[in-house]
Amino acid sequence: MASISSHMNGLIECQGVTKAFGGVVANNDITLNVPKGRITGLIGPNGSGKTTLFNSIVGYHPLDAGSIKFQGKEISRLRVTHIARMGLLRTFQQTRIYSKMNCVENMLISVPHRHETYRTMFSKYPPEVTERAEELLDYVGLYQKRFLISGDLSFGQQKLLEFAMALMNEPEVLLLDEPTAGINPTLINGLIDRLKRANEEMGVTLFVIEHNMRVIMNLAEHIYCLANGKLLADGRPEQIQKDHRVIDAYLGGRA
Amino acid sequence: MNANRRALAGYGAILLVGGAAPFLFPNFMFQLAVLWIFILFALTWDTLGGQMGYNSLGNIVFFGAGMYISAIVQIGLYYDVGEYTAHYGAIKVDFTPEQYFTGLALGIGAAAVGCVIFAIVFGRIVFGLRGPYFAIGTLGVALAAGELVGTWEWVGAGGGIALPVYPGEPDARAQLFYYLSFVSAVLTFAFLKWLYSQRFGLAINAIRDDEEKAEGMGIHTLRYKTIGWSVAAFFLGISGALFGNMIGFVEPLEVAFPTVTFGIFMVVMVLLGGKGTLWGPVLGATLFHVIKETTWTYMLGWQWVALGALIIVNIVYFQQGILGWAQGKWPERFGIIVDEHRSAEQETR
Repeated sequence: MASISSHMNGLIECQGVTKAFGGVVANNDITLNVPKGRITGLIGPNGSGKTTLFNSIVGYHPLDAGSIKFQGKEISRLRVTHIARMGLLRTFQQTRIYSKMNCVENMLISVPHRHETYRTMFSKYPPEVTERAEELLDYVGLYQKRFLISGDLSFGQQKLLEFAMALMNEPEVLLLDEPTAGINPTLINGLIDRLKRANEEMGVTLFVIEHNMRVIMNLAEHIYCLANGKLLADGRPEQIQKDHRVIDAYLGGRA
Repeated sequence: MNANRRALAGYGAILLVGGAAPFLFPNFMFQLAVLWIFILFALTWDTLGGQMGYNSLGNIVFFGAGMYISAIVQIGLYYDVGEYTAHYGAIKVDFTPEQYFTGLALGIGAAAVGCVIFAIVFGRIVFGLRGPYFAIGTLGVALAAGELVGTWEWVGAGGGIALPVYPGEPDARAQLFYYLSFVSAVLTFAFLKWLYSQRFGLAINAIRDDEEKAEGMGIHTLRYKTIGWSVAAFFLGISGALFGNMIGFVEPLEVAFPTVTFGIFMVVMVLLGGKGTLWGPVLGATLFHVIKETTWTYMLGWQWVALGALIIVNIVYFQQGILGWAQGKWPERFGIIVDEHRSAEQETR
């Protein structure tokens, strides 16, 4: 697989990442780069190992082999909370928010915890943090509902809240696991626009798993495709779209 | 402004009644002191069980530990503890008023601090457990503590240990312990009210709602959990020291580590009042204590049946407790509202 382009100095660099669950090799020798400041896509049929790779990157389980670097530092042995505090954050496929708290509280507790001290643990939030929280809620269109219990919001709104929470955390890079799944088609364009703006205006590097081809082709500058736990192809959206290996993998290829 | 003034008046009224109670109901002083201790139980149980989502069945361990630590300090300051327990009744033990009060003050302080140390050590072990495993794990710790102390000769083993006798009139003694219980419950409430309004409150709520998400967002979960558990231990240690002295005699299974009575009452009181709220535990403890005392007086023989029925009705029909039910019924009273303003800019305009 010599065609795999290696961008120099990726923000996230995966080298030979391998992870098996019992006899199932979910990730097999995966090498890829997520360049700083860009939007990178990750596609592949169901069960191809996309979410496993995300879990490996953010530290949910130890690797069987390989290395993962973030900003040049090896992170494959670090714990989830530690990696999150470095500014590498993920959202979940099944949206996860703090369901018994209201939206503002969800936002406030999502501030970066990098500089948390015993003093800040026992203090209130400064007004500018609350303002920022409301601004971001406004950005995703949840300002009016900010005092409602977040678990009572619709699935799509919860997804937007989770995205806003991630931005509140001021991450360097955000790993989004199917950001548009379950969202009303008419809202999808708005979400794509917000993702792009987060990338351009806030400088957040994005690494996105997406099943909706229209979305990912619109969004990503570079796309990696997994199949059966292996890296199948990578390239610009228009290259991936035409790649016969990718088409075969998705349509249940001919022999 | 108006709401603030009303709240202030409410607090004032409660403090006034609490302060005057020994004179208003002199015959019920012991029951009223126990009421404040129950309120403290419920408040501290709710810190983990309600606010943090960790249902502990072993919080009673801090109550018992506080009681024993205090007893050891109060006696150990002036006598050899091993000798005191071994020769109980055979050697003459006297505490001057000065010795008594010094011992009591130091005993209560040591109980609080000692329990925090226990909490930090136990926390390292039990916080590896989640959900029902945490409940059973902490229950195991409480049961084991009672049994272990029951075999520890130095502190009197199963025979227990008598606390120094109060140097004065019985009425003055009852008043002293009433006020100490009252003040500790009020301090617990005030401290928790403050604590929940800080970042700490949101963090433990986040752990309750989705701990994995909280970790994924970089929250120092173990640090918050250990502190929450330590806060509960601190106040429970104090309550144990007070209760031991109120009873005058510490014994491992019935008085110090009553897992199936006080240990379960803590949970029931919170569920009754509404968990995860500040006032729920207070309300629940008061109601529970009244019901308990009434059934124990007028339905003797059936009191446990009545208590069981109360628990069943609570769990089946009122899972959210009184305050939780009220919040579901009048959400706007609890600030759960849709803001009609379109956006942040519009509001400031």
